[in-house]
Amino acid sequence: MIPFLKGEKMNDIRELERLSFELRKKVIEMIEEGKTGHTGGDMSVMDILVTLYFQEMNITPKNAKSANRDRFILSKGHCVEAYYTVLAQKGFFPMDEVIRKYSKFGSQYIGHPNNKLPGIEMNSGSLGHGLSVSVGMALAGKMDQKDYRVYTVMGDGELAEGSVWEAAMAAGHYKLDNLCAVVDRNRLQISGNTETVMSQDDQADRWSAFGWHVISVKGNDIASLTDAFASAREYKTKPTILIANTVKGYGSPVMEGKAEWHHKVPTQEEYTQIQKDLEQRKETWA
Amino acid sequence: MNNIPNKQAICEVLMEKAKKDKDIVVLCSDSRGSASLTPFANEFPGQFFEIGIAEQNLVGISAGLASCGKKAFAASPACFLTTRSYEQAKIDCAYSDTNVTLIGISGGVSYGALGMSHHSISDIAAMSALPNMRVYLPSDRFQTKKLIEALLEDEKPAYVRVGRNAVEDIYQEDNISFKMDQAAVLAQGKDILLVACGEMVKPAFEAVAELKKKGIHAALLDMYCVKPLDKETLIQAARPVKAVLTIEEHSPFGGLGSMVSQVIGSNCPRKVVNMTLPDAPVITGTSQEVFDYYELNTQGIVKKAVDLLS
Repeated sequence: MIPFLKGEKMNDIRELERLSFELRKKVIEMIEEGKTGHTGGDMSVMDILVTLYFQEMNITPKNAKSANRDRFILSKGHCVEAYYTVLAQKGFFPMDEVIRKYSKFGSQYIGHPNNKLPGIEMNSGSLGHGLSVSVGMALAGKMDQKDYRVYTVMGDGELAEGSVWEAAMAAGHYKLDNLCAVVDRNRLQISGNTETVMSQDDQADRWSAFGWHVISVKGNDIASLTDAFASAREYKTKPTILIANTVKGYGSPVMEGKAEWHHKVPTQEEYTQIQKDLEQRKETWA
Repeated sequence: MNNIPNKQAICEVLMEKAKKDKDIVVLCSDSRGSASLTPFANEFPGQFFEIGIAEQNLVGISAGLASCGKKAFAASPACFLTTRSYEQAKIDCAYSDTNVTLIGISGGVSYGALGMSHHSISDIAAMSALPNMRVYLPSDRFQTKKLIEALLEDEKPAYVRVGRNAVEDIYQEDNISFKMDQAAVLAQGKDILLVACGEMVKPAFEAVAELKKKGIHAALLDMYCVKPLDKETLIQAARPVKAVLTIEEHSPFGGLGSMVSQVIGSNCPRKVVNMTLPDAPVITGTSQEVFDYYELNTQGIVKKAVDLLS
């Protein structure tokens, strides 16, 4: 495990990159233990979560009840395994416990985020909910003249949900510049390529038309993500959408860019190879 | 003759409370006029959010506000609120346990001739089936006021259905006996027990008097708290009677009648008959014409009670 103080921010990008691969290894371990999980999306979204929790957001187990904490909703709730490892690394609950208990009978670590667990604001799991809830949180912040920010991460397949665009409309209408949403644009969903299932390559124009500030960013690059979040923070009068261009299954050629890894549990052979690949990427990434 | 609909009573309570409680927020889906909430929107613009015709977003945003300490009241026609945004009610309100009160306005067949698209006669079943969601159908404006005041005291999700039109008073402003989640005993009797909610309480109340003229002593419960159902009062009232008659503006499935039948069946078995709307699109007409057609009126209740006891 990467040795640094739980709950604190890390400013060393190289260390964060190492952490993101280390946490991917934990995710694979968790999925292997639980024999279930959304492997591909966990790998693509990891750098976004690591950047949010260790660079961008003001949220720690200590301030988790503070009215001025930043808010986060994992709208693509099926990637809860990645989220669990990040929250565990932050100190919200023990890493070994979540790996051991994830999805097991009677476990509190269920297959989608649940706000009975520390650090999780709202339950998610059905797509297309997180942005509306985030709009409510951002409106509350404006009402109370608080300076917390609200973040949500959606999947790209999720954008077919009509409720996303209801929320997008409201965020633009209310000029919620304290809201930053991220699309994990890994271009794959269960049935295949997003452009085949329901095309969205013009999504930047769509967000823009709904009154959003749009940033396209390398979504598996923590330095780029860090800059994008900083830029979003500075932008006033509009909410910001980060279109984070990622690779599904990022970290191992066994999974990368393969739709079947949406929720595949690795075989023993694949497990060994993936862990080896992730370890290698952790040590050599630059 | 009362001319204040229950929805207007809700607005009046919220306006009174919002003067001091800046955490009260009201959200509408282009429904502020229909919900009688325009005065609130005008007087408290900082505590009112217009969401447009987008019920899913209405409920999701309400839950987000509630998760940040707000007491959110989301008002929208019951027909849309309990179907279009059902999943938001399930996940963002009930499952996430947020302090959102969903106000279903113009419930039941209030919209009359507008047809089935605008009727909400499966809302009790739908909302009651959600774990952690409470369901209330207050009968008159005074009970509505007490209910909203009580809901402001807790932080749990709830669904409140009110009708479109003013209904006759059941209670009096200065001597209403209201206890949260306890049915109001409007009459005691040993022959038959009537259990009603919402707009059906008034005809049931009148039926009690009519039955008395016929020598039948009917008990009557105003079961405004459909969930959690007041089992204790129900069982107590059912013990002395020969039969139980439920009356509701709802489909035959999963409403007040179903719930009362479950409790009576397992605690003090009696014959239970449910007076409901049919499992079909209802006949075209005003809500009163619809009630009369399906005998959900005083005469219909009296007739059914007499038949049951004969």
